[in-house]
Amino acid sequence: MNYIQIKNLSKRYFDVNALENINIKISKGSLFGLLGPNGAGKTTLLKILATLISPDDGKVEINEIDLVKKPRQIRELIGYVAQEISLDKILTGRELLDFQADLYHIPKTKKLQRIQDLIIKLDMEDWIDRKCGTYSGGMKRRIDLAAGLLHLPKVLILDEPTVGLDIESRNIIWDLLKNLKDDGMTIILSSHYLNEIDYLADTVVIINDGKVIDQGNPNYLKSKLGGERISLKVREFSSPEESEKVKEILNKIDGIRQIVINSAQGYSLNFIAEKEKDFLTKLKVELAFSKFEIFSLTQSQPSLDDVYLQATGKTLQDAEIFMAGKRDLKKESKQSMR
Amino acid sequence: MELKQFNFLFLYQETFALTKRLFIQLKRRPSTLVAGILQPIIWLFLFGALFSNAPKDFLPGVDSYGNFLGAGLIVFTAFSGALNSGLPLMFDREFGFLNRLLVAPLTSRLSIVLSSFLYITILSFIQSIAIMFISYLLGYGFPEFFGLGIVFATLILLVLFVTSISLCLAFILPGHIELIALIFVVNLPLLFASTALAPISFMPAWLGWIASFNPLTFAIEPIRVSYTSSINLDFIALHAPYGDLTCRNCISLLFILTISSLIVINPLLNKKLN
Ligand SMILES: Nc1ncnc2c1ncn2[C@@H]1O[C@H](COP(=O)(O)OP(=O)(O)OP(=O)(O)O)[C@@H](O)[C@H]1O
Ligand SMILES: [Mg+2]
Repeated sequence: MNYIQIKNLSKRYFDVNALENINIKISKGSLFGLLGPNGAGKTTLLKILATLISPDDGKVEINEIDLVKKPRQIRELIGYVAQEISLDKILTGRELLDFQADLYHIPKTKKLQRIQDLIIKLDMEDWIDRKCGTYSGGMKRRIDLAAGLLHLPKVLILDEPTVGLDIESRNIIWDLLKNLKDDGMTIILSSHYLNEIDYLADTVVIINDGKVIDQGNPNYLKSKLGGERISLKVREFSSPEESEKVKEILNKIDGIRQIVINSAQGYSLNFIAEKEKDFLTKLKVELAFSKFEIFSLTQSQPSLDDVYLQATGKTLQDAEIFMAGKRDLKKESKQSMR
Repeated sequence: MELKQFNFLFLYQETFALTKRLFIQLKRRPSTLVAGILQPIIWLFLFGALFSNAPKDFLPGVDSYGNFLGAGLIVFTAFSGALNSGLPLMFDREFGFLNRLLVAPLTSRLSIVLSSFLYITILSFIQSIAIMFISYLLGYGFPEFFGLGIVFATLILLVLFVTSISLCLAFILPGHIELIALIFVVNLPLLFASTALAPISFMPAWLGWIASFNPLTFAIEPIRVSYTSSINLDFIALHAPYGDLTCRNCISLLFILTISSLIVINPLLNKKLN
């Protein structure tokens, strides 16, 4: 059953297409991962889901409620934990939760119990009565997550909830998310950590430059790549030109496909070798013929990064570096103010 | 448009929470309150001393300048507080805390406005009472019961008027720097172009005209006459160049200003808040 339906969703900021014709379906009780490099449009999508910004085009329904037409009903369903944590420095954690509970009209009788439950679940007893201004990054993340969970939302939206966290805080959050999912909550989580998505998500959408590249179960996406993942180097650090030459050679060999030059790893060549064909002997011969040697040849299980690499020709890391240069952060923070 | 199920209990709960947050902030950082009480008292002493030898006929109806000044300071303090009321909202906007309020299913987002209004009103009442009390200790008298009613009614109207404008600016202006600059530019000139420090009869004609259209004047004069014993609403409060205004006239004018500003501002707040 599709609990959340996103149809032909688009959003522009002046000259930037932050989201282009996005179509996503999310089923109830699933943990849905949104994977993409910096500037891919993750936050934009999540802010639309949280009714903070309105789409230019397209339609979103949660539980058959139209998000643009009935934002207040949607707000009752969702809990939103923003990428940038903003707590009130002057309030203690407990006061903040109390404040949040009142905004969600939680009755007095239930309020204290819920707050107490979350304090225990997120292991916050020791510092909950200190002012938020004194919290560490991990504490801030945890209290912010607790605030998003107070009203027991049907849908929890998390924008990069574990960025920059210590292992302990991260594990607490991961465990909690798994438990919440088991209790039937639908969770949407953005991340640019592949392992996080791999570990948590049942379904993943990979977005890049505002467009959906691929979506499905992480294992399915990986197996779809098929074959064996091979990474070949003819030198520790090749030049782009050299890699191009090697790529031409590989192109001629039967049983090798989807060759990508990985600039992040010394212009190594990544490709898929079909399992049933013996490409190795042929590869050696062909390389020797063109005076190349094999510096290293590694084989690996397909990862989500391979899925990403296959789709875009870049590793996730590359894409981030590229996008970082394109953004005008000052302008954005001005414009995202409401 | 979404049909809102209006639930007054919810409205109360969210408004109470928002107001409570402002008061917790005040309690832990009381410098605004302290400064807001100290400043007018310093003014009262300094200006009171500065003009203590002013000729008697300079001041209509009162016997000392300190006596005259009290009303002006009460209004000016309330006015400054209300003018600054947009600042916390601006900071919430800048720090993203406002998003926390905007993703919550508030019964009405006007509760954000309502809480600021409640907060500033209570704050300005506390400050006014402090000023009135000090003036009393200085021998400048104290309003009678009905007079006090006039003082607080006038203050509520003024605070509502100015707070709504300030909150509106907090949504329109790009950041707190601009808001502070604007407050800075508006604050003192409005004070000097009112009857807070000197009566109209003392001003050059052009300034008298300006002062007699200044909303601060409409608030100052009823409060000033509220110190007179046996005050009633038909008491002449202001000798404006265009004619005499009674207490009732001044308060009505203030009322009209407040209502019109709310009517003008409401669509904008709705747009920004929905
Ligand atoms: N307020 C804004 N004004 C103009 N452009 C914006 C604004 N917000 C985002 N953008 C642009 O839209 C695109 C998507 O941004 P978004 O914040 O959604 O990316 P993201 O995937 O969340 O990135 P990150 O991983 O860095 O958080 C980027 O190109 C960004 O520059
Ligand atoms: Mg983001």
